[in-house]
Amino acid sequence: MSSLSRDDVAKLAGLARIEMSEEELVALSNEFTVILDAVARVQEVAGADVEATSHPLPLRNVFRTDVVVPSLTPEEALSGAPAQEEQRFRVPQILGEE
Amino acid sequence: MIRSSAAEMAAKLVTGEVTSVALTQAHLDRIASVDADVHAFLHVDTEGALAQAAAIDAKRAKGEKLSPLAGVPLALKDVMAQKGIPTTCGSKILEGWRPPYDSTVVANLKKNDIVILGKTNMDEFAMGSSTENSAYGPTHNPWDLTRIPGGSGGGSSAALAAFEAPLAIGTDTGGSIRQPAAVTGTVGVKPTYGGVSRYGLVAFSSSLDQAGPCARTVLDAALLHEAIAGHDPKDSTSIKAPVPQVVAAAKSGDVKGMKIGVVKELNGDGYQAGVRARFEESLELLAKAGAEIVEVSAPNFEYALAAYYLIAPSECSSNLARFDAMRYGLRVGDVDGAAAESVMNLTREVGFGKEVKRRIILGTYALSSGYYDAYYGSAQKVRTLITQDFTNAFTKADVLVSPTCPTTAFKIGEKANDPLAMYLNDIATIPVNMAGIGGMSLPSGLADEDGLPVGFQIMSPVMKDERMYSVGAALEAALLSKWGAPLLDKAPIMGGSK
Amino acid sequence: MSLTYDDVVAKYEPVLGLEVHVELNTNSKMFCGCSTIFGAEPNTQTCPVCLALPGALPTVNEKAIESTIKIGLALNCSIAPFSRFARKNYFYPDMPKNFQISQYDEPICVNGYVDVEIQTDEGTKQFRVEVERVHMEEDTGKSLHVGGATGRIHGADYSLLDYNRAGIPLVEIVTKIVPGTGKYAPEVAKAYVSELRDILRGLGVSDVKMEQGSLRCDANVSLRLIGSDVLGTRSETKNVNSLRSVERAVRGEMIRHAELLNKGERVVQETRHFQEDTGLTRSGRSKEQAEDYRYFPEPDLVPVAPDAAWIEELRAAIPERPSLHRKRLQEAWNVPAKEMEAMINADVLGIVEATVALGADPTKARSWWLGEISRLANERDTAIADLAITPTDVAAIVALVEKGELTDKLARQVVEGVIAGEGTPAEVVSKRGIKVVNDDGALMAAIEKVCAEQAETAEKVRSGHLPAAGALIGAVMKETKGQADAARVRELLLGHLGQ
Ligand SMILES: [Mg+2]
Ligand SMILES: [Zn+2]
Repeated sequence: MSSLSRDDVAKLAGLARIEMSEEELVALSNEFTVILDAVARVQEVAGADVEATSHPLPLRNVFRTDVVVPSLTPEEALSGAPAQEEQRFRVPQILGEE
Repeated sequence: MIRSSAAEMAAKLVTGEVTSVALTQAHLDRIASVDADVHAFLHVDTEGALAQAAAIDAKRAKGEKLSPLAGVPLALKDVMAQKGIPTTCGSKILEGWRPPYDSTVVANLKKNDIVILGKTNMDEFAMGSSTENSAYGPTHNPWDLTRIPGGSGGGSSAALAAFEAPLAIGTDTGGSIRQPAAVTGTVGVKPTYGGVSRYGLVAFSSSLDQAGPCARTVLDAALLHEAIAGHDPKDSTSIKAPVPQVVAAAKSGDVKGMKIGVVKELNGDGYQAGVRARFEESLELLAKAGAEIVEVSAPNFEYALAAYYLIAPSECSSNLARFDAMRYGLRVGDVDGAAAESVMNLTREVGFGKEVKRRIILGTYALSSGYYDAYYGSAQKVRTLITQDFTNAFTKADVLVSPTCPTTAFKIGEKANDPLAMYLNDIATIPVNMAGIGGMSLPSGLADEDGLPVGFQIMSPVMKDERMYSVGAALEAALLSKWGAPLLDKAPIMGGSK
Repeated sequence: MSLTYDDVVAKYEPVLGLEVHVELNTNSKMFCGCSTIFGAEPNTQTCPVCLALPGALPTVNEKAIESTIKIGLALNCSIAPFSRFARKNYFYPDMPKNFQISQYDEPICVNGYVDVEIQTDEGTKQFRVEVERVHMEEDTGKSLHVGGATGRIHGADYSLLDYNRAGIPLVEIVTKIVPGTGKYAPEVAKAYVSELRDILRGLGVSDVKMEQGSLRCDANVSLRLIGSDVLGTRSETKNVNSLRSVERAVRGEMIRHAELLNKGERVVQETRHFQEDTGLTRSGRSKEQAEDYRYFPEPDLVPVAPDAAWIEELRAAIPERPSLHRKRLQEAWNVPAKEMEAMINADVLGIVEATVALGADPTKARSWWLGEISRLANERDTAIADLAITPTDVAAIVALVEKGELTDKLARQVVEGVIAGEGTPAEVVSKRGIKVVNDDGALMAAIEKVCAEQAETAEKVRSGHLPAAGALIGAVMKETKGQADAARVRELLLGHLGQ
């Protein structure tokens, strides 16, 4: 039986960048116990000799020629920005790596 | 006027019996009078639609050669980017966002002079089967306002059933065109994957998503299908081949000698009695029209739902990562000294609804190291098995058929707190997306026990979309002569109708 | 108790691995049609795709695939008959989709090698650096940190993002562990990056400008006790943006690790940042808790499956490896190693080669490009390549000198004329009326005039004090406006004065 603890969900929420309340964490971990049981069924039939299909069509080598096409104007590019400055997207301070 | 089919409207536009402006205005009036009850639309572009209609009338007056649906209005699912028009995907996180570009579907609609009335409601980011997951409130089924209109494209199907638009665009990742069509008594088609460009369709699950036509008749769906389909160099997964001749197929509606395969696994237990009765009846009508009914088996379909609920969440966990409050959309928690990471976390907490979060977390888990093989990897293998089942079945039949959904429309709120019960709605539609083939739902009548519409699903092989139109048109004609009038005539008259 | 480098290598064996990111010089980005020009105004080279607007989809730049295959071939790799793009998922504001389209377990090129040479006290040593993989991915945007003191992240109040660079094609070249470098690890690292840069430049697939970031090196270093099989913990040093820094970074990390290990402390697995000013590294993000990138095949793109004919076509176009090519030229031209080095450093080897191919003597061609023309470029503060003079011009000038139609001094005037845009060497010669005076009669007249004017000096020469002739020759040259052949003047002058 598959299950996810509250801490597992918290770790996943961190990876997925979603703040979650204690209640939500607990509620989701309970739900996942049920959902994972249902989806784990895929393992019943997926033998080692079966190939994986990641895409419904057997397409190959779809390329574009290296030609420049017009970009958006900076006004268009920044039109949805929550904040901007000097024709750049203004974002809160970035912690971590530079 | 608004109760005609799109093809009839187009004919009247050609003869000059009506102008596009008048036709558009009639639909805008209808929206104004009924949408408070139905809530099919998230945004109505009154000015834009009328301007577009006026321009088309002017072109027609000059004698320009116009496309078959020129001047006919349409409702666009809010998952499609349309330049300058709010595009929310039913989510708070995109509230107020106006794309600076057109999706290819929208570009094709404009090229074909189809008038875009506005954007329709949907489950947030197309995740759901009831349109209850919209951040902007549910849409109501015109057959019974206390019931769901299906999902995720419930806004589009309800708009059709309420005569707010004769045509609509939907998208179908696991049944989001077909299931809403089924529960509203309308027609919805999921074309072959790659048949219609995904460029500008806000991605839920990239390998499953496909845009398609929604309408009240099979011919209307075919006309819209041809208008939006075709190869698009902006979508690497778009098929470079001529568009299947779906309009011709819908016009001929010939099934003589065709083999129609009934999928044994998509019927029986768990399917409502009225749904099964209508399905059997439709099979008889098709047999009478000259088709041969055979039974086929697809043993791996029983794993389709499980595989789908791994693949779609996995892809969505990645696709929805871009909603991070940096470049567009909602931003929460940007107070002095806040770090980008915490702003992302808070914005995504507030901006995403419960079902979206549930799927993102599930997908994050299915892809994470140590679990990938067991979940995502196994689901991909199931996908192979399902495709093989289809390949085998199509050696025995030209098209496959099943009920579109196990039940008729359920009550709003009835399954809201039971994700697994909700997921079961899509049990018959999901295999189609897994294999990338075509699928159609058209009305097969009303269930005896509740008087609500039942959908009949037709599935056709990759890029043989014309087959489902042939079968759909044949069945539609047989049912129409049996009923004596379109099914939607039986829907309750909604208040304020003009 | 600072350790010396000798102390370190006496006790520890360095284990070296290098990751190099190269920006390809395609016209458009990896997955969209936006321009890739360096230094454009912020956010002028962005579109729905590279800004990751909802609904946008990537499309693959064919030229980028070709360039990557060429790189693989030049590095002796096998080209995979089937490879795929994958999504590498992690959140970072400079990465618009919050995943990078990269390649994971199915890279396009695998298992190659690069042979490098370093000069040591014990002579030339060769090392084989094995290449594990070469794969394609995309670059990130650029952030400008505002507030705080240094423009670094720490202490910044907020950041400003420019996505012009987001989506520029990157090729990542990853080596296997380079065994047996011993004390030479820093030099081997530098030689490898240098060799790689030459190869890439020779292929014409990248600008390879480390200072502009079109070639970036991450150095992975760990130490193990000599004689032990136990690998140490590695650090990954980024921001190494010159060849010299590669060497310094590796050496610096070896010493830092050894000091920690000697104190009985632990090396932390982490990213470190090289600092040009101090030559030291600074701790970056700790990788103690390995990031979970949740790679999966990119569903918006289809697999890349180059057929054999395409690969062979590209293989045929791969130029000779620059280092081998150079060796061959050096032998053919009979040039000392120092001179060869000078040509490489001045970036004129290709031009000299082209000049020689047009018939010029290698020594002459070299001295023109490395001498006068380099000087003029310096004077004008431009690159030699940007001057309006071509190998054809220089070959023509060398030929004119050889035929005696120009003296070296006159030839310099011609070079100047060509650079000034006055036309071909022949046109400059005729426009400026430059010609060698080789009419002995005219020369004799000038000599007699000068000897009369400077009788005292002429007498000195006549009496056997030859160095004094220089002044007289100079005066004659002046008299003939520099168009005489100085050697002939000397000959005639000395004859005239009985020497
Ligand atoms: Mg990389
Ligand atoms: Zn772009």
